This record gives sequence, structure tokens and C-alpha cells, in this order.
Amino acid sequence: MAVVKANLGACQGYANCVVAADDYFDIDDDGVVELLSVEVPESERGRVDSAARSCPVSALWIED
Amino acid sequence: MPESTTVIVGASIGGVRTAQALRSEGYPGAIVLLGAEGELPYDKPPLSKSILAGGSTMAEITLLTTEQARELDLELRLGQPAVGLSTANRYVELADGTRVAFDNLVLATGARARPSPWGTPNGLHVIRTAADARALRRHFGTTDHLVIIGGGFIGAETAATAVELGMRVTLVDPEPVPMARVMGAEIGELFIDLHRRRGVDTRFGVGVESVHGEHGSFAIGLSDGSTLAADTVVVGIGAIPNDDWLESSGLEVSNGVVCDVYCRAIGHDNIYAVGDVCRFDNTRRGGSTRFEHWTNAVEQAVVVARNIARPDEKMRHEPVEYVWSDQYDWKIQTVGLAGSSTHTVIGEVTNKAKFAVCYPDEKGRLTGVVVVNWPKALVTARKAIALGVEYVEFAERLEAMTVSARTTVKETT
Repeated sequence: MAVVKANLGACQGYANCVVAADDYFDIDDDGVVELLSVEVPESERGRVDSAARSCPVSALWIED
Repeated sequence: MPESTTVIVGASIGGVRTAQALRSEGYPGAIVLLGAEGELPYDKPPLSKSILAGGSTMAEITLLTTEQARELDLELRLGQPAVGLSTANRYVELADGTRVAFDNLVLATGARARPSPWGTPNGLHVIRTAADARALRRHFGTTDHLVIIGGGFIGAETAATAVELGMRVTLVDPEPVPMARVMGAEIGELFIDLHRRRGVDTRFGVGVESVHGEHGSFAIGLSDGSTLAADTVVVGIGAIPNDDWLESSGLEVSNGVVCDVYCRAIGHDNIYAVGDVCRFDNTRRGGSTRFEHWTNAVEQAVVVARNIARPDEKMRHEPVEYVWSDQYDWKIQTVGLAGSSTHTVIGEVTNKAKFAVCYPDEKGRLTGVVVVNWPKALVTARKAIALGVEYVEFAERLEAMTVSARTTVKETT
């Protein structure tokens, strides 16, 4: 199954991903993304893709 | 043979994200992405920060590579601005006379820097494109004193970048508190202090009457009678939507392409707009608005892609605005509508800044929050405004978050 990947060093805590998909992403106290769920079923692909693409510093992506 | 063709005019963040979102939505037709500039699509926020400072390369801010375009089966056509549109015959005309036919059209031509009223002598810069940022950076090497006209986000970020590169910086704005436009006068003062502490000479409430000279020998006459000498000048006085090319198209254009709540051009079911060029019916604000915000463009791209790919499940664009600005070690983020005189400040404003300012509407609901260096408060604010919570309740929740943070520190030491 496709999985979400995050570059924790690049994350700047903008929280766009949380707004787009708060069942997959959260931001911790230090402003770094937390992955709440990693596996992306095909039915969720579009929504999680959108969330990843809303990251202003391209710290998120989906890998097959 | 594809069943339909979507042409996207403009290859900055709004246009690129629309193309990507169309494929995510399973759109089976052809997609043509037209870019006015010759270079690969790139992201603009870093232009006044890491690109200007030299910390990032163009490759690092590329939004779409040729290979990625190929993978998504996008036809990327760069280097020719669109100059005309026929809605009846469904084609876009490019500067070289080429006509590009469409079934669906997405207007994503963005905005350009408001031109300098003092001409464009060598050494006077605006910052909007990568070429602008490169040209300014070339002059930084021979700049001791930089004068920035305009204390908005672009001017303030450029000031921060230049100070960190060791330049002397003077920031001029006709408003006494430039940031008051977006966050009220009292909070705006905090941002003035931020720049003053870093050594920026702020000349606010003072207009610019004249700019003479060129790189290395500028003389800038101010309305208080003083004159500033400068090696380089940056003019950051806002942006103008790139909608002129649509003047004779028959589309309704009024400081942006006028759209409905679906970001669809009024009277045209197959034409949409995203990003800085889109003036949309904003139900949250109760009127039409045009935003020059990165996140708004990205959210509109999702909406427009959905509305093209799945017209039976149309999505409305009802954003909670979100803008950020990075200045020195302050990450400043504004959610919703901030700036009313009633507000509550929570957190640590001085020393190591980490605070939020909450603003209510007239009914006592939370309408806006300005957050500095406090990621958890940002997340909480973005969710809360979308849900429409009470202002007082939200302020208490943030206050509790500062208390629990202090308790945690105490326990671990």
C-alpha cells in the first residue's frame, strides 16, 4: 500500500497538512509534523495527496 | 484521443497545483500548462528570503520538473505569455500568435509587482519573479545602505534578509504602523520593535517624494523634508492582478476575474480562476474578495480541479485565510480576519517571543488569530476558526496551553 513520508528536518510547522487531513497529520509542540497514520488506501489517495501538496516547504509526499 | 482539454494559463503555484490536483481527481483529459516565463515553474515565497539570502537554489524551489510533468501527462509550454482569450471559439492566444484550444480553462496568471512610481533606474528593484530576486541579489554585493519603500510583508522580509546579510537598512512607509493594515495598531507596534531591535532605521508615517540617482548614489526625498542616501532601493508597494490581457474577452474583470463561490467565472461554466487573479464570492466575508496568499491559491486549485473533474459534486471555496511571514527568528502567522481593536494577547511577547493574539467578531465569535512562534496555537486556531468557536472560550483554551507548557517544564527540571 502507498505510504506517507515526511522530511521532519524540512517541516516548518505551517500546519496546512493538518487543516487538509487531520486524521493523517498533526503538529507537535516544537512545530514538527507528526504522522498519525502512514498507510494510504487508494480511496484516500486524492485527499492525502492534496494535503501533502499543501505543504509550503514540500516536506510531505506519498510513496508507492 | 482525449475526451477534453483543460488549459491552465499561468504556471506558478495556483496553476501547477491545479494541474496536479486534476490528475489526483482522475481527470482523464489532456492538460496544457502555459507559463509566461521561460524557466521551470517555481515557488515565490522563498524569493524574498532564502533565494535573496543565497541559501536556496532555483532547483530547490522548482514546483514542477520536466520529468514530473511527463509523469502526470501534462503538456508544459513555457516562455510565451497569453495575450488574448476567445470564450466563443474557446482558444487562448499567446504572444507569438499561437492559439491553444480548450474545453475547460483555468486562469492562473497571478499578479505582478505594482510598478515603481519613480521609474526603473539601475539599482531600483521590485521583488516578484525569480529574475527580480536574482537582479537584487547581484546588487547586494555592492550595497552598504539599502532603502526599502513599503513596510508590508515583502518589504519587511527583505529588510530582515538584508540585515542578516550585514547591510544597513532603512524601511520607509507612509503609514505610521504599516502592519496595522492586517493586525491592528497595537500589535503592529510589536513588529516595528522587532525591526528596530535588529537595527533597521524605520521611517514610518513618512511618504517618498522623489527618487534620484542610480545604484551606488541614490538620493531619496521624504515628505518630512529629509533625504536618504542609498546604494540600492527596493520598492515593495503591493501587487496588481494580471487580468489586463482579458480586457476584451467579455469576462467580468474588476481587480481580478470575477468568479462565483465555485471559483467559476461569472457566466462561463467552463472557465475558472485560481490564485491572485481570482476574485471570488466569499461567503465567509459576505462579499467578493481577492487574496494574494499562497495557501489560498493551493486551496483554490483543489476546488477548481474537483469542479472540472467531477462537476456533479461541486465544491465551494470557503477558506479561512492563512498568511505567514518569516522575519528574523519570528514566524508570524495570521489566520482569519485579524486587526479589530478588541483582542487578547496570550503568551510571551518579549524576550523569546511565543504568543498569540485573538480577535473576536461583533457576535463574540473568534474571527482571527495572529500567532508568533507557537505552532500548537496555530493548529488550534486554524481548526477553531473553521468551526466558529467563541472568542472567550478560545482565549481560555490558549491560556491553559501556556500553563500546561510551564508545568511540563517545571516537572522535567
